[in-house]
Amino acid sequence: MTGIAPIPPMGSRDKLLEMSAIDKVFNGNVVALRDMNLQVNQGDFISLLGPSGCGKSTALRLIAGLMRPTTGRILWEGGQTTGDLGVVFQEPTLMPWATVAQNVWLPFRLRGKSYNSVKDEVLEALRLVGLEKFGKSYPRELSGGMKMRVSIARALVTGPRLILMDEPFAALDEITRHKLNNDLLELRDKLKCTVIFVTHSVFESVFLSDRIVVMAARPGRVSAELTVNAPYPRGEDFRTSPEYAALCRETSEALHNAMNEHGQVPA
Amino acid sequence: MTASELSQSAARQQAEQVVDEEEARRARREMWEQIGKWTLPAIVLFLALFAWDRVVVWNQIPHYILPGPGLVLETLIKDWPILSDALWVTLKITMMALSVAVIGGVGLAVLFTQSRFVEMSFYPFAVILQVTPVVSIAPLIFIYVDNRLAGLLLCAWIVAFFPILSNTTLGLNSTDHNLRDLYKIYGATRWQRLRYLQLPTALPYFLGGLRIAGGLSLIGAVVAEYVAGTGGIGSGLAFRILEAGYRLNIPRMFAALILIAVTGVVIFTLASLLSHLLLRKWHESALKRES
Repeated sequence: MTGIAPIPPMGSRDKLLEMSAIDKVFNGNVVALRDMNLQVNQGDFISLLGPSGCGKSTALRLIAGLMRPTTGRILWEGGQTTGDLGVVFQEPTLMPWATVAQNVWLPFRLRGKSYNSVKDEVLEALRLVGLEKFGKSYPRELSGGMKMRVSIARALVTGPRLILMDEPFAALDEITRHKLNNDLLELRDKLKCTVIFVTHSVFESVFLSDRIVVMAARPGRVSAELTVNAPYPRGEDFRTSPEYAALCRETSEALHNAMNEHGQVPA
Repeated sequence: MTASELSQSAARQQAEQVVDEEEARRARREMWEQIGKWTLPAIVLFLALFAWDRVVVWNQIPHYILPGPGLVLETLIKDWPILSDALWVTLKITMMALSVAVIGGVGLAVLFTQSRFVEMSFYPFAVILQVTPVVSIAPLIFIYVDNRLAGLLLCAWIVAFFPILSNTTLGLNSTDHNLRDLYKIYGATRWQRLRYLQLPTALPYFLGGLRIAGGLSLIGAVVAEYVAGTGGIGSGLAFRILEAGYRLNIPRMFAALILIAVTGVVIFTLASLLSHLLLRKWHESALKRES
């Protein structure tokens, strides 16, 4: 996870992966995703925003390689069909029998690396999320926000090219959520990582991302793509600026349109 | 800060240390519960023994019908050489059966979760073995199995292995689905998933099964011995009870019974202790509630 160069402006980023003409059909007739095209560039912070049932989680699972598209394909830069990534789920998804450090060690452990050989990386990841003192604690001893930080540390620890986050802060209270949003942006600035972030919160998506993909349901599809032209770093100043309010209104309208659009296929 | 504000905050600080009526009542109740947890059962046990003794003495019940607790204790000490040998035999069979049940139960459970088809094929057999009363299979077993110890072991195993098998299978299948996805994303092998995810998840379930199986293996050992019935050297407590019954040696029957009951309690306690030691760091069942 050593990135020194600043994230280049949006027009000049290298391609990381491309989803082309993706359809995903469940049980032969439930269309979860229809004709999704998305190019993800290195350094992008993309939010997938939409109502439930719009296929945003399906899209994430397809990118993660947990499912195969019915038609269409996902191609990573370099022609691979899979890539290394970190994932953060809606729940912290920690192993309760393992300490915080052991949980963060997991991605390495599954690659056959002993704890001692990657101890520095594990401790560095914990330091980045502000939990360097909690390595020996068990998950049950931590608050909801802290557990989520452990989950983020685990996603970061191997320095993956892409981090997928599936409504990671949806279950947290508003104050914790703001704090984690701020810290996430700081982390992203430090690590220059690429993030795809699923959310149903307009405010969160505008605050975090430089690209917002608005999705519609029944069938799940991309309805609009917006660019958030506000410079990073963003902090509390941005959250209270009129610019932020205007962007939120614009995004909100796009989401509203997406929800009123009628799909080509009746559900 | 003005003087009145200062005194107000001082008063507030003092108020924080004051224990109100409700809290005091709760503390008293907790204290009594702590005391009662040990003393109550002890007192009730003592009263029961006393009542037993008085009933025997006042009604002049002869000892070949109902011996008093004093006589039972006396017999326990006097017959200790015979009874301790029998206890050792029963204990040995129980422990061996439990070990084989643990190995067999966990082994089968792991096999079942590795392949749905294996589970579909063999689970019915496990259920049939479980629901058929061991007393009814035991005579057959002793016809086919020459070695008496092996026969006893087999009977006790049949009774004890099922709770371990079914609990461990349930546990191995109860992994968090997000964690399973995570393992898949990181390309975990089948063995890694079993070792790092499924077995730890199944541990509390297994330990629950172990507590049941411990008692059942003792029951299995005792019942099998009743059926096997042969005496002589190497007989367990069940045989001693039968033998004492034929001779109307009721005090010895009671003494042997007490030994069986105590053995059962010790096995349960040890299993609970093991469970506590293994789970206390992380599992809900072993955590102290903070009120």
